[in-house]
Amino acid sequence: MPSALSRVVKSRLFFALVCLGLVLALDVVVFAITNQQNFFKIELSPANTLTGPLMQILYWAPELVILAMGMTLVASCSAGADISVGSVMVLSGAVGIKILGGNNIENFKVEEYAVPLVLAFGAFIAVGALCGVWNGFLVAKLKVQPMVATLILFIGARAAAKVVTGGTILRVEPKSFRWLGNYITDSEGNNIFPVPTQVFVAIVVVAATALVLRFTALGTNIQSVGINAKASKIMGIRSDRTIWLAFVFCGVCAGIAGIIMTSKISSIDSQWGARMIELDAILAVALGGNSLAGGKFSLAGSVVGAITIQALKTGLLTAGVRAEQMPFYQAIVVVIIVIIQSPELRPMASRTLARMRKFSGKKVVKS
Amino acid sequence: MADSLVKMRNITKNFPGVLALDEVDFTLRPGEIHAVMGENGAGKSTLVKVLTGAEEFESGEIYLNDASTPIVNRSPQEAQQRGISTVYQEVNLCGNLSVAENLFLGRQPRRFGMVNWQQMNRQARAVLRGIGLDINVEKPLSGYSIAVQQMIAIGRAIDISAKVLILDEPTSSLNEQEVVRLFELMQKLQAGGMGIVFITHFLDQVYQICDQITVLRNGALVGQYAVADMPRRDLVAAMLGRTFDDLATIERRPSAVAKKAGVPVVSAKQLGVAQGVKPFDLDINQGEVVGLAGLLGSGRTEVARVIFGADIPETGSLEVKGQPARPNPLASMQAGMAFCPEDRKAEGCILELSVQDNIILAEQTKRGAFHLIPKSEQDKIARKYVELLQIKVPSLDTPVKQLSGGNQQKVILARWLATNPDLLILDEPTRGIDVGTKTEIQRLCVELADDGMAVLFISSEIDEMLRSCDRIGIMRDLKKVGELVGSEMSTAAIMSKIAGDDFQEGELNA
Repeated sequence: MPSALSRVVKSRLFFALVCLGLVLALDVVVFAITNQQNFFKIELSPANTLTGPLMQILYWAPELVILAMGMTLVASCSAGADISVGSVMVLSGAVGIKILGGNNIENFKVEEYAVPLVLAFGAFIAVGALCGVWNGFLVAKLKVQPMVATLILFIGARAAAKVVTGGTILRVEPKSFRWLGNYITDSEGNNIFPVPTQVFVAIVVVAATALVLRFTALGTNIQSVGINAKASKIMGIRSDRTIWLAFVFCGVCAGIAGIIMTSKISSIDSQWGARMIELDAILAVALGGNSLAGGKFSLAGSVVGAITIQALKTGLLTAGVRAEQMPFYQAIVVVIIVIIQSPELRPMASRTLARMRKFSGKKVVKS
Repeated sequence: MADSLVKMRNITKNFPGVLALDEVDFTLRPGEIHAVMGENGAGKSTLVKVLTGAEEFESGEIYLNDASTPIVNRSPQEAQQRGISTVYQEVNLCGNLSVAENLFLGRQPRRFGMVNWQQMNRQARAVLRGIGLDINVEKPLSGYSIAVQQMIAIGRAIDISAKVLILDEPTSSLNEQEVVRLFELMQKLQAGGMGIVFITHFLDQVYQICDQITVLRNGALVGQYAVADMPRRDLVAAMLGRTFDDLATIERRPSAVAKKAGVPVVSAKQLGVAQGVKPFDLDINQGEVVGLAGLLGSGRTEVARVIFGADIPETGSLEVKGQPARPNPLASMQAGMAFCPEDRKAEGCILELSVQDNIILAEQTKRGAFHLIPKSEQDKIARKYVELLQIKVPSLDTPVKQLSGGNQQKVILARWLATNPDLLILDEPTRGIDVGTKTEIQRLCVELADDGMAVLFISSEIDEMLRSCDRIGIMRDLKKVGELVGSEMSTAAIMSKIAGDDFQEGELNA
């Protein structure tokens, strides 16, 4: 069925998948050259973990995937982005660990939990949600442009985190804190399950988001507000509430991502933690084929976009690119991907092709 | 002088699943006002877009000025350089920029690399005076009425050396005086040798000003005729492709004064907005079609908006079925109101969403976002109204932006009918749509009222209202100045009320 095929080819998700494919192909080459390693090989290590380049990507991608969920909804209804998510992750981590340690913090270390772990994780999410409430208030109620409104917490939340931690790195000693961002271990420190837990956290967040959107009209409302706020108002859809809700959700996502980030390294580093991750999250949404100018969105696209970015980073790191130079190479690849996805490119290409055909056709007639 | 300005031959254009233009010919001569007519989806807009390069076409040739080599416009800018300018129904200018900036956007007079504001404003004034418009060119465009904005758009087109001017539904948002002014301008341009393509739905206007008519139907050319040789009946028959279902077959409704059944659906007492419509009283009863007549900007739309709660009233009170109303759209919907707004693009359609989503959205919102209408029911609702209103769509998943204006209007209507309202407010539901659909909508209005719905019907066309309304409220300068019932309603009576009571009916007819 050619029409079905062409529809698939034209869909935005298809292009997102093509981009992921290209990046993975690049990774295959890089891994073959630099490590003489098969990119797709996954082995069970003696420590009972699945290892290999793909697992590497899965290990690091979940925070970005989760952030991309919130960012997708924010972009869809507000035609803007929440650039504070990285800072909010750090702030939620700082407050969460501070609460977790309570009076038991000595030498910048949490030796024992002062409150149950679940409560501390709840605090992470609550901090994220509160930041979302603030951002949403500015955007939905005071009609501040999203980029400007979230700039406040972009700067402020990270600084606030430093105030909370006293400007140092706070460590958490008990092993159970590491479970959500690593592998779950038994009392002897052996890994019980070979897949990192954060993968499942991301799956749960994505699934929950998708299910809520599937079984309520919120997804349609968000798109409706993003496409035509005036018409939505006349239909009784409150655009302010819708946008506010999206920002709160985005904050919650940042809180969850904050849990994974701190759990991964058992500490909160308010200086370097989650640096620039907001830009990756925005990029993930764009790579997923979603318009940053609002409107229709695809969660699947954003997931693919987030994984694409992580695959690219893993590949570049393996190729020996130093962390501080990474953004440069990342930018090159992003430029290529964005050009491929540009809606202007396809008609341009087809026109050029048609002209070339015409030209060669004339030559044939003359000869 | 060239024999033809534009000659289009065998133009064919496909949209996915639809043959939009099928070997269509079109010829425009200098000094000619040429009407392009047809029902919605006939291919009028597509023909124009192909000519101006806004759409590509698959086969056929376009010749300019009797040249022997065909040209292809790849963009509207390229067409403009060749002397073909378009002014659209919805003015495509920037409301927040000044009139002068809009006139010279992209070609501002410069001095030392900077915009020369003085010269620009001077030239702008000159251009507009040339078309009989004397306004402050430094004020933002959005401060002027759509009519003036349209004249400005025409001024811009003329100033960019247009030899061919395409007017796409220019009169559908103008009042009668403004139409007269526009026609004077068109005749002036015609005398100067310009060729004007005039797309409209108004038969009267075609016979008033055009020389030639090209009729399209379902993407195919029906024929090109001289206006003088083409009786109206034949033209309508050509457009519809069937014997003309006369508009007059909608019977004037018997006066519904007797229908005072119980509490009015809506009762407004001294309802008003400080900066908008002055306090007014209005009752709408069950089974009644109430019209609101008045010029553009007379407050018709404002009355509708304030009743629906889209604008917040500042004075007076509103009761819905005897209960005090809360002024917000959702509360109004839950109280049984539905509101089809005037500007379907800006306030109606969610263009990127599908036909089905657009139809169920209002009912969904009414039920609440957490009570999703099951997919099967959504499908059933959408199907029901697509069938009832005969909306022409390839599928329910088609984005609404791919539909023609008339079908978009029907989708909005479907959306509100799907909420099973007790009061349906229709603000210019027939604006810019074809004769066939117009009749259908008017008939539907009357049928709905017969089934017990209350309808508030706003239109610029007095005939239309006389045919469908039981009672007509008259608006002038943001005030409700009167109400006509039953036998009092006549074109002359309405006109004199709209114009102000100091006019005599006789004067008006003279």
